[in-house]
Amino acid sequence: MKLRDIAHARSGDKGNISNISVIALDETDYPFLAEHLTAQSVAAHFQGIVTGTVTRYELPTLGALNFVLTGALGGGVTRSLALDAHGKALSSALLDLELPNRNRQNNQYGGERP
Amino acid sequence: MHRIRIGSGAGYSGDRIEPAIDLAERGGLDYLVFECLAERTIALAQQARQRDPAGGYDPLLTVRMTAVLGACRRNGVRLITNMGAANPLGAAEATRAVARSLGLDGLRIAAVTGDDVLAVARELDVALEDGGTLRGLGDRVISANAYIGAGPIVEALAAGADVVITGRAADPALFLAPMVHEFGWRMDDWDALGRGTMAGHLLECAGQVTGGYFADPGVKDVPELARLGFPIGEIDADGTLELTKLPGTGGCVTPATVKEQLLYEIHDPARYYQPDVVADFSAARVEGDGPDRVRVHGGRGAARTGLLKLSIGYIDSCIGEGQISYAGPGAVERGRLALDIVRERLALTGVRTQELQFDLIGLDALHGDRLSRGHAPYEVRLRVAGRTATLEEAARIGNEVETLYTNGPAGGGGAWKSAREIVAVASALLPESAVRTTVTLLEA
Repeated sequence: MKLRDIAHARSGDKGNISNISVIALDETDYPFLAEHLTAQSVAAHFQGIVTGTVTRYELPTLGALNFVLTGALGGGVTRSLALDAHGKALSSALLDLELPNRNRQNNQYGGERP
Repeated sequence: MHRIRIGSGAGYSGDRIEPAIDLAERGGLDYLVFECLAERTIALAQQARQRDPAGGYDPLLTVRMTAVLGACRRNGVRLITNMGAANPLGAAEATRAVARSLGLDGLRIAAVTGDDVLAVARELDVALEDGGTLRGLGDRVISANAYIGAGPIVEALAAGADVVITGRAADPALFLAPMVHEFGWRMDDWDALGRGTMAGHLLECAGQVTGGYFADPGVKDVPELARLGFPIGEIDADGTLELTKLPGTGGCVTPATVKEQLLYEIHDPARYYQPDVVADFSAARVEGDGPDRVRVHGGRGAARTGLLKLSIGYIDSCIGEGQISYAGPGAVERGRLALDIVRERLALTGVRTQELQFDLIGLDALHGDRLSRGHAPYEVRLRVAGRTATLEEAARIGNEVETLYTNGPAGGGGAWKSAREIVAVASALLPESAVRTTVTLLEA
């Protein structure tokens, strides 16, 4: 299962830092997201692209996670040599991340999901 | 209950104009806000003003004012914008000229100045966020502008301004100011300022909260993006926000569009640093409240830091770039051979670069080759970009791509090259006591 199957995302830029919000399409999936989408798994997905740290902030009232990626924008939007200097496309790239099949987790979180 | 309606007329300098006209005509607004100043724009505007002392404000200011001022006057809508960029006074004079040409006698236009703090920043030799000091940038510095808060905009509104034009004001402050003015919030009522900032943050990117930049067909469908409507925020005296848009316009306002925008360009959601308040979105709640209507509450705030962020524009370096395309069988292999040739040529001819980037567009230009592995395109576009100290050396990078026409692999087409000087921005902090703002009122 891809992250895109249960979440949407948007990236923003400030200096050489990108933030990517990941929001559960269905808020009941938030605990599953919070368990499986960690700072480590995001850092591994962007290995070689993000040169700094990955920090995760949790927003349970929104069913969302916010990842802050330092050293992600080739020196920052104003001086980057990259084609996507803002890192706007990073959010879609993150949605390609592979998650464990949620169906196997049903027992853990209770009940069938549509 | 006292409730105000604020419309968002632009999310960036080059944004569409029709949605703003629609809002001015039939939005039932109290305020229309145009946010038009990106991070680097102010430095480019300072350069423009150095070339022409009457310029340096937003190039679309006259077009926008001509399009909406009449409707704003008829409908009692007050206009707030940071289109003043590097020259708010010049922008106010240009707006007065538009008002007179439209016969809007007596229209009061305020310019907020004082965000240009280059002199005091030099005097204090402010420390740059990424290390070093302002003095270390030497004569490469173009500008230093402080992100000012809502205070002077509130002052202008209290003085009766119909139009308020700022330079580098913090984006949410453009929206917070009318709330403070209307509701009489104290400037140390941190929770109210936090909620107002949250509302401003949601509105500042215009169409991004009404379904713009949201569509992903089959997963997140958005109707009629070519006729996207811009957002209206209805705000109560306690800072509760209802986001909506005009009936009949394209786009959508849903909890999902609002959540994406709430976290846009946010780092720690509990500490969103603004000149007026440290806003806290960490307990925010977003609830659907009818078609294209979303209620947002739960914002909080803490005391401001007393420090203002500075945006320092400076000449950073030069970037040279060249591109050429290959198609058909073997396109990727010929593209890779071409990249190798350019790499070797730049070394052979001694082009001094600080950084180089080699891309095959259509294959691995966005995130390198690891995430794109296993995809074989029909065509690739080669791109070489490099950072140099001088424009002459930057130009040699594009030349080495262009000469692939007669020296490279078979079938290269559509070569293109450029060399340009780069204005970059650095951040610093300055005590707010070192920044003095002034409100100047003109009358048409």
